Amino acid sequence: MFKRSDDPASAPVRFTFDGRQMTARAGDSVAAALLAGGVTRFRDTPVGGAPRMAYCMMGVCFDCLVRIDGIPNRQACLEPVTEGMAVERQPAPAATGGELR
Amino acid sequence: MNRLDDLRRLRPLYDLAVIGAGPAGIAAARVAAEAGASVLLADLGTAPGGQIWRGVTQAPASRLAALGADYARGHAAIAALDALAIDYMPQTAVWSLAPGGSGGLPEDLQELGLRAHGATRLIRARRVVLATGALERPMPLDGWTLPQVMTAGAGQILLKSAGLLPSGKSVLIGSGPLLWLLAAQYLRLGHRPQMILDTTPPGRLSRQPGQALGFLATGYGRKGLGLLAAVRARVPLRSGVTGLRIARDETGLSVHWAEHGRAQHLRTDLALLHQGVIPNLSLARAAGCAIAWDAAQAAFRPVTGAAGQSSHPGLRIAGDGAGIAGAEAALASGEIAAAAALAEIGLLPEAPRPGAERRLARALRGRGFLDRVYTPPPEARRAQGAALACRCEEIRADTLDALLHEIPVSGPNQLKSHTRCGMGPCQGRMCGPGISETLAAQQGRPVEEIGYFRLRSPVTPVTLAELARLAEPEAAE
Repeated sequence: MFKRSDDPASAPVRFTFDGRQMTARAGDSVAAALLAGGVTRFRDTPVGGAPRMAYCMMGVCFDCLVRIDGIPNRQACLEPVTEGMAVERQPAPAATGGELR
Repeated sequence: MNRLDDLRRLRPLYDLAVIGAGPAGIAAARVAAEAGASVLLADLGTAPGGQIWRGVTQAPASRLAALGADYARGHAAIAALDALAIDYMPQTAVWSLAPGGSGGLPEDLQELGLRAHGATRLIRARRVVLATGALERPMPLDGWTLPQVMTAGAGQILLKSAGLLPSGKSVLIGSGPLLWLLAAQYLRLGHRPQMILDTTPPGRLSRQPGQALGFLATGYGRKGLGLLAAVRARVPLRSGVTGLRIARDETGLSVHWAEHGRAQHLRTDLALLHQGVIPNLSLARAAGCAIAWDAAQAAFRPVTGAAGQSSHPGLRIAGDGAGIAGAEAALASGEIAAAAALAEIGLLPEAPRPGAERRLARALRGRGFLDRVYTPPPEARRAQGAALACRCEEIRADTLDALLHEIPVSGPNQLKSHTRCGMGPCQGRMCGPGISETLAAQQGRPVEEIGYFRLRSPVTPVTLAELARLAEPEAAE
């Protein structure tokens, strides 16, 4: 869905999404890194189980919530991606024991 | 600038706390530091600049050139902070703001609740400048919650901060200068949007020829005209678009709309929505600042004086958070607000800032014209039919309509308790404006009478673990 418009200025940052190896650029937010890697499903909603993707990219909409290094409900658009970070899609709460609330 | 990444390193008390590091916050912090005041600049972002200058300090030369001079100049504005004694706290959410005299606070001290890196802290400030900026006006059409649908602002943030361009087809939908600016920036970097679906009501321009000429004489006007021409030469435009709906399947998005009464559709990979920006008022509302309806901008804004005075003596509001006026105006109003706040506490002589006043007046020229052309009509400002009114709680507009026909609902707060509208993680930021408009339309009353959700701290979700790690200042302080 997205591609880079310029060449990288430094070595890639490696992270995982649901266990899959991904690369990002230093300075990317987690959300930008996921979108650059083709991820369109960041989380499933607690009410209807619908897939959601980052929407506003500025911390307003909370649709980019993901689990980062085991901690749920992190706003992917506000969190810089770092080397070795483990990012996971956030499933609907039925599958997580209701921890979203 | 003293970049801090640990709440424990903050002072317990500042002369001035500035919330938000966009143009207004940057200007306010600069004035305070130059006056020798102790100043905290707290911001959600990873670098100063706000959304307008997002990523500017890291952007390569090619991106700076493509994004244009108004973006690139952010570099200098941010660099000017480097040598100043500003305590800068990035990646920090301000989740509470208690004005002086409230909750047992001394009259002349304000208290801020901060959250960063999994911890929280309460600090105090003699004066506060709220520079919380704008957010995109929600465009609640059917399909606005689907993956591959984002705001145009989000598309631009991805471009500014990560150099991302759409890799497949894209369509820009809505109304307002940002839509054209983003299209022009995409074109310069080699991405050609498939189409612009313009929802601006027909006839808005021709109804005010005198205003249009006045506007075109301003800097914004010349820039806008150039953008329009560059984009229209290369991107197909559909005007007077209504009845928008987006659907998604395994192979992408289908966008449906009506044009002169005829149904149209196209297939695309990315839909970018925009219908202007509105003040970000969460913190001002939770602090209890008086808020009024601005009919010209069809948005709530805080009641402010000429130097940003809110209804609380210790709190001033500058930049787009006080009413949409753009980055140039924000730089000037941030300076004016901070100078007035410092004069109140004896850290600056009481003196006008003629330079800033002049720049503010110049920046405001043409704003009325933009408001009259681009403010979306009421029916576009609320969700209708199958569209989700509340993204978080997934409540359809027709569900709300049915409920409102069944039982009397006095206002947004009662609607919230009936439906959970506004109770999800975004805390009403995405549904609130539309809910007020829905109630206004249903009850046949003006929006200002309907009002808005009553907001309370914390204005952003804070976990119990973060509250439990309420930091004390470092012993070394």
